[in-house]
Amino acid sequence: MNALIFLIIFPLFIAALALVLPAGNALRKTVGVIAGVVLSAVPIYLLIAYLDTGPVYFRVGSHLVNMVMLAVEVVIAAFIVYISLRSKRYLPIVLVAVQSLIMVTFELTAGGTMEIEHSLFVDKFSIIMALIIGIIGSAICLYGIGYIPEYHQHHKEIKERRRYFSFLIYLFLSAMFGIVFSNNLMWLYFFWEITTICSALLIGYRNDKQSIESSFRALNMNLLGGLVFAIGLVYLYNSSHIMELDKLIKLDRNLVLLPAVCMAFAGLVKSAQFPFSSWLTGAMVAPTPVSALLHSSTMVKAGVYIILRVAPALENTVAAKMLMFIGGVSFLITALMAISQSNAKKVLAYSTISNLGLIVACAGINTAAAVWSALLLIVFHAVAKSLLFLCVGIVEYKLDSRDIEDMDYLIMRLPKLTAVMMIGMAGMFLAPFGMIISKFVTLKAFVDTNPGMAIVLAYGSAATVFFWVKWMGKIMSIRHGEIEVVAHRVSRWEWFTLDVLAVSTVFVCLAFPLISSGVIDPYLTERFGNVPVPDFFNVMVTFFIMVGLLVLLPLGLFYFGFANKNYRRVATYLGGANIDNVTFEGAMASVQTIEMKNYYLQKYFGEDRLFNVGVIISLALLCVMFGVAFI
Amino acid sequence: MNSIYEAYQVLSMAERALVFLVLAPIAGGLLAGIDRKLSARLQGRYGPPVRQPFFDVLKLFQKERIVVNKFQNFNIILFFLFTACSGALFFAGADILLTVFGLALAGTFFILAGFSVGSPYSHLGAEREVIQMVSYEPMVILMAVGMYQATGSFKVADLVQYEAPLILYLPGIFLGFLYILTIKFRKSPFDLSMSHHAHQEIVRGITTEFSGPALALIEITHWYENVLLLGMVYLFFGFNPWIALVVSLATYLFEIFIDMNYARFKWQLTLASTWLFTAVAGISNIVVLSVMK
Repeated sequence: MNALIFLIIFPLFIAALALVLPAGNALRKTVGVIAGVVLSAVPIYLLIAYLDTGPVYFRVGSHLVNMVMLAVEVVIAAFIVYISLRSKRYLPIVLVAVQSLIMVTFELTAGGTMEIEHSLFVDKFSIIMALIIGIIGSAICLYGIGYIPEYHQHHKEIKERRRYFSFLIYLFLSAMFGIVFSNNLMWLYFFWEITTICSALLIGYRNDKQSIESSFRALNMNLLGGLVFAIGLVYLYNSSHIMELDKLIKLDRNLVLLPAVCMAFAGLVKSAQFPFSSWLTGAMVAPTPVSALLHSSTMVKAGVYIILRVAPALENTVAAKMLMFIGGVSFLITALMAISQSNAKKVLAYSTISNLGLIVACAGINTAAAVWSALLLIVFHAVAKSLLFLCVGIVEYKLDSRDIEDMDYLIMRLPKLTAVMMIGMAGMFLAPFGMIISKFVTLKAFVDTNPGMAIVLAYGSAATVFFWVKWMGKIMSIRHGEIEVVAHRVSRWEWFTLDVLAVSTVFVCLAFPLISSGVIDPYLTERFGNVPVPDFFNVMVTFFIMVGLLVLLPLGLFYFGFANKNYRRVATYLGGANIDNVTFEGAMASVQTIEMKNYYLQKYFGEDRLFNVGVIISLALLCVMFGVAFI
Repeated sequence: MNSIYEAYQVLSMAERALVFLVLAPIAGGLLAGIDRKLSARLQGRYGPPVRQPFFDVLKLFQKERIVVNKFQNFNIILFFLFTACSGALFFAGADILLTVFGLALAGTFFILAGFSVGSPYSHLGAEREVIQMVSYEPMVILMAVGMYQATGSFKVADLVQYEAPLILYLPGIFLGFLYILTIKFRKSPFDLSMSHHAHQEIVRGITTEFSGPALALIEITHWYENVLLLGMVYLFFGFNPWIALVVSLATYLFEIFIDMNYARFKWQLTLASTWLFTAVAGISNIVVLSVMK
C-alpha cells in the first residue's frame, strides 16, 4: 500500500520542488533525473511484488483526506472561475459551478455517513497503466529538459514559464497514478478533475489566441464529462449506497446502468472520441512533450481505462453496443480524416483518436479476447505514439515546419532521428510489429460477436495503412548528392528519451507473448475466468518474422551500404536532360524543376466532409446510450 | 478426384510450403506466358512463345546492376521474401489472416521501394500503388472474415477441406474478390501504378528506376503472388478439386479478357468503385451470413 501512496505523493513533492527551484539550475536537472529513476523503478517493483497475486485492496482512513480533497476541489473551481472571467468565457463557469455545487452538497450531506471499505487497490491492469505512466512519463519529462529551452529560443514571444510547466507535468503524473490506483470513486473523480485542469493549462501554455481557444475547448468538454461523472456518482450513492469501483461492477444491473454509462461518458470525452474529438486536435498547439505525455500516452488512456473498468457493468446491454459503435465510428472516421492531413502532429492526433476508438470498441464488446487486445493496444500505442510525437517535435525545430510535405529526404538530413521515427511507425502499423498483433486478435473478436464491426475494421485498417505508408515513403526517399546533416544539434536529453522509447517499442513487440502470459492473462482470468488462447503457431510465426526482420534490416542496410560494390549509379529519369537531381532541361531549352507531393484526397476525406458525419452519428448513438440507461 | 487432397494431407506443413516455393514460380511463369500469348491473339498478333517470361527473367538477371541509390533494391528483396513467405504459409495450411497481413507487409515494402528512389514517375506510381492497396485491402480482409463465418475457422487447411461448397455461402464475397483481383493482377482498368502495356503516361510507374536483377525479382514475386491469389479463388470451390482448378484457371483467363476490354481508370474511379463494390457485395454477404447463424 505504501508504494501506491508513494507514487501518488512523490510526484507532488517533485512538483513543489519544480516550482521552488530557479530555472536553469543544475539542481533542477538532478532532481528531474532522480524523479525519473524513482518513478520508473517503483512501478517495476509493483509489478514484481504483485506478479503472483490477484487484485489487492487497501483500507485508508479517508474522512480527513476527503475533506482535503473537497477543499482542493473548491480551490480549483475558484481558479477555473478566475481564469474564465479573465478571458471572458462563461460556459466553464456554469459547468464548474454546477459541478461544485453537486459535489459540495453531496460531501456535506452524505459524506459524513459514507462507509468506504477500500479506498485504494492494485491489480494487473493498474500495474500496466502505472508502468506506462511511470516509465514513459518520466522519460518525457527528461526530454522536456532539453526541449523547453529550445522551444523558447524558437518562440521568443512566449513568456518563459518553465517552473510552472514542470509543476503542472508532475502534478499531472501524480493525478494519473491516483486514477489508476483509486477504488474509492470520490478519489477517482478528484484525480480525474485534476488531469482535466492540468491538461487545459498546459494546452494554453503559449498564451496566444489560438492556444487559449484550444485550452478552453478542452476545458469545456472535459468539465462536461466531469459534470456527468459527478451526477453518476451521486445517483449511484443515492440508489445503492456504495462508492467503490469493485462493488460497482458487482451490483445489480438495473441500479448500476446509469452511473456506469455516466462514467463511460466521461471516459469518452477524456479519450476524445466522437463527438468530442475536436479538443484533442486543438490540443496540438501545446509544446511537444505535452502532446506526447498527456495527449497520446497517458491522459487519453485514462479515458479508455475507466471505460474498460466499468465495461463489466454494461455487459450485454444496448449501452455496451452503443459504446462499441461509438468506438467504431471514431476509429473509422478519424483514420479516414488522417489521410487528408499534412500537418504531422494532426496526423498523429487523428491516429491517436482512431486507436483509442478501437480500444473503446473492444471495451464495448467486453469478451476475454477483446479485452486482451485492448490492453495490448494500450501498451503498444503508448510507447510507439509518444516516440513519434517526440520525433516530430525535434523535426519541427530542425526544419522549422511540422508539415509532412517539408520532410523530403529526411533520412539524409536527420538519419538517426528518421531511423527512430521509422521504428515508431513500424510499431504503429506495419505487420507483424506492435499494433497489428492486436488488430489481428481484435478482428477475430469482432467476427465472433458482431461482424458489422469487422467491416469497420477492414475499411479502417486500409485507411490507416494509407496515411502511414505515404508519410513513411516521404521521409525515406533518397536523392543523390550532398544534403546538410542537421542531426548534431539535438540535445542529449532528447536523444536519451528517444533511445529509451525506441528500445521499449522494440522490446514490447518482441516480448508480447511474455506480457500476455505474465500480466494480461492473469488479469483476464480474474475477470472472465478464462483466457483467450492465441494460436501457438501464429504467435511463433509472428515472432519469427519479427526477429527475422530485426536481423535482416541491419544486415541488409550494411550489405547495401558498405559491402555491395557491384552496381553503377545513374541519375533518376526526369523526362529530359538532367541538370542535377531536381532540375532538368525540358522542351525549348527550358529549365524544369521537379517537386514531389503526396496525395491527400481532400475531396474525399477532408475534415469538412467527414467531421460532421462523425459528430451526428455519434451524437445519435450517445442519445441511445443514455436513453436505455434512463429507462 | 480426392487424390489431390490425399496428397495434400500426406505432406507436412513444411513440405507443403516447400512445394509451393518450388512450383509456384514455374506455374506463375507459365501463366504469364499464357497471358501474353492470349493477349496477343486477342489483339490479332502472333505473340511470343509461352516460355518467353522465363527467358525474359533469365536475361534480366544477366543485365548490369544500374541503380539511382544504393539502398533501393533492399526493399525489393523484402517484397520478394514476404510475398513468398505469405504464399508458403497459405499453401502450408496456416491462418489465412496471417497470409493476408503478410501480403500487405510485402506490398508495403514494394511501395516504399517506389518512394525511396526519389524519382517523380516512381513517386507517382508509388502514390497510386498506395491507393490501389487501400482500394483492395478491405475486400481481402472481408474475404477472410466471410470464410470464417461460413466454416468457423481461419485455417486454410480447414477451409480447403470444407465439405460444402463455400461459393454457395459466399457469392457476394466471391464477386467482390473477383473485382479486386483485377487490381492485384495489375490488369486494366486498374493498372495505374505500373502497366505491362507500353502506353502508360507515367513511364513504368513504380518500377521506373528498377532494372536488371531487381526487375527480374519483381517479376518473380508477381508470379508467386498470382499463384497465391488463384489459391484463394480455389478455396471458394474447394469441395471439388477439379471444379476448383478449372474455376481458378477460368478466373485468370477472365481477368485477361477484362484487361483487353477496358481502358485504364483514373484513381478516383478505382478507389470509389472498389470501395462501393466491396460495400455492396461483401458487406451484404456478411450481413446475410450473420443473420443465418
